[in-house]
Amino acid sequence: MGSNWDWQVFLQDPGGKFPTYWQWMLSAWGWTLSVSLLALIVALVLGSLVGIIRTLPDNPWLIRLGNAWVELFRNIPLLVQIFLWYHVIPALVPPMKTVPSFILVVLALGFFTSARIAEQVRSGIQALPKGQRYAGMAVGFTTFQYYRYVILPMAYRIIIPPLTSETMNIFKNSSVAFAVSVSELTMFAMQAQEETSRGIEVYLAVTALYVVSAFAINRLMSFIEKKTRVPGFIVSASGGGGH
Amino acid sequence: MLNLDFSFYNWEVISNFVLKGFYFSVMLTLIATIGGVFFGTLLALMRLSGKKWLDAPAAIYVNGMRSIPLVMVILWFFLLVPASFYSLFGSMGTNYRSEISAVITFIAFEAAYFSEIMRAGIQSIPRGQVNAGQAVGMTYNQNMRLVILPQAFRNMLPVLLTQTIILFQDTSLVYAIGAYDLLKGFDTMGKQYGRTVESYLLAAVVYFILCYSLSWMVKRLHKKIAIIR
Repeated sequence: MGSNWDWQVFLQDPGGKFPTYWQWMLSAWGWTLSVSLLALIVALVLGSLVGIIRTLPDNPWLIRLGNAWVELFRNIPLLVQIFLWYHVIPALVPPMKTVPSFILVVLALGFFTSARIAEQVRSGIQALPKGQRYAGMAVGFTTFQYYRYVILPMAYRIIIPPLTSETMNIFKNSSVAFAVSVSELTMFAMQAQEETSRGIEVYLAVTALYVVSAFAINRLMSFIEKKTRVPGFIVSASGGGGH
Repeated sequence: MLNLDFSFYNWEVISNFVLKGFYFSVMLTLIATIGGVFFGTLLALMRLSGKKWLDAPAAIYVNGMRSIPLVMVILWFFLLVPASFYSLFGSMGTNYRSEISAVITFIAFEAAYFSEIMRAGIQSIPRGQVNAGQAVGMTYNQNMRLVILPQAFRNMLPVLLTQTIILFQDTSLVYAIGAYDLLKGFDTMGKQYGRTVESYLLAAVVYFILCYSLSWMVKRLHKKIAIIR
C-alpha cells in the first residue's frame, strides 16, 4: 500500500468553485477555524455568564437557571443539538429560516460548549478561598465590583488548563458540522475521498491540519498561562488537594 | 400555534425504527466501554512502566487519538479496515459493515481516553501502597492486581462512568458512516413520515432523559463512595 501514494491528487481539479483540491482544502480549514473561533467566543461569553450566576450569593432562582442550562446542553449529543438548530428551531421560529447554516453551527457548538465552560468557571470561582470574597466585601465593593476586580481575575487564571482542553475540544467538535453541509475540513475529507478515491492521502492531510490546529491552540494557551500567572498562587492552589 | 404533529408515533413505528437503533447504541456503548477499559488499562500500564520502549508508543497512540476529531477517526477506520476482516463475520459482515467498523473504532478511540483516566487513577494511589506491596514480597503483577488496581478502579469509577455517558452521546457520530444507531433510527423515521422536526425533537428528549438520569445516578454513586472513604 505504501508504494502507491498519489499526492498529486491535491493538484487535480474538483470541477467546482476551486481550481484544485488543495485550495479547496485550505478554504475548508478556514471554515473549520472560523466556526471554532466564533463558537469559542459564544461559549466563553455565555459560559462565563452562566458560570458566574451559579455562584452569586442569595439568588436561588438564578442558580437553578444556571444549573438547568448546564444540564440541558450537557445531556444532549452535539450532533442532535446541531440538528435541533438546523431543522427544529427554524421550523418553530420562522425568522431563523434565513440564518445560514454556518451561523447555526456556530450557535450550536457555542451553546454546547458554554455548558462545559460554565462548569469550569463555577468550579474556578468556588476553588478560591472564601476570604477573597469577604475581603472584597470588606473594602466596600459591590457584588459586581468584587467579581470584576477580585474573584474573576483569579478564577480565570485557575481555569486556564481546563479551558485549554475545552478550546481544543471546540476545534475537534467543529468536525460535526459536516452533518449540516458546512464545507469545513471533515466535509471536505468525505467529499474529496468520494470523488478521488484517494482516501488515505486526503484523510492524512486533513488529520494533519487538525493536529496542527490543536497544537497551535495548546501552545498559545500555555503562553497565555505563563504571561498571566500570579507568582506563588497557582502553585499553592494545586498543592492544596490531599484530604 | 406550532405545527407539531406527534400523532404518527405509536408503538409499532417506534419499535420498527427506533428500538433497533437504540439496541445498537447501547451495545456499542457497552462493548466500547469494556474493550476501551481493557486496552486503556494496558496502555496506562505501558505508560507507567518506566520503560521507554513501552511508554513512548503508548504515549504517541494516546496523544494522537486525543488530538484527532472522533468523526475523522470513524472515517479512518471505515476506510482502512479491510474487506477480509468483515468476511470473518459471515453474512453479518456484509450487512453490518458500518456497525462493525463503528465498534472497532470506538474500542480503539475510547482506549486512549480510558487510559488517561486509568493513569490518573493509578497515580492517585499513594506511593506507600506500592511500597507496602513490595515490602510483603509481591511481584509487580501481584502488586498491580491485588493492591493498586482495585483501589485505582474505585477512585476513578465516577469519572469512568461519566466517560461512558459521554461515549453514549458520541455514538451518535456513527451517522458519518451511516451506521444504524439511536439517532439514525429517529432520522429514518422522520424522513419516512415527512416529520423530521418532531423526530429530532423526540430524539433530543430521549437522549436528554437517558443521559440526565445516568449522570444523576453517577452523582449519587460518587457521594456514596465518598462517604465510605
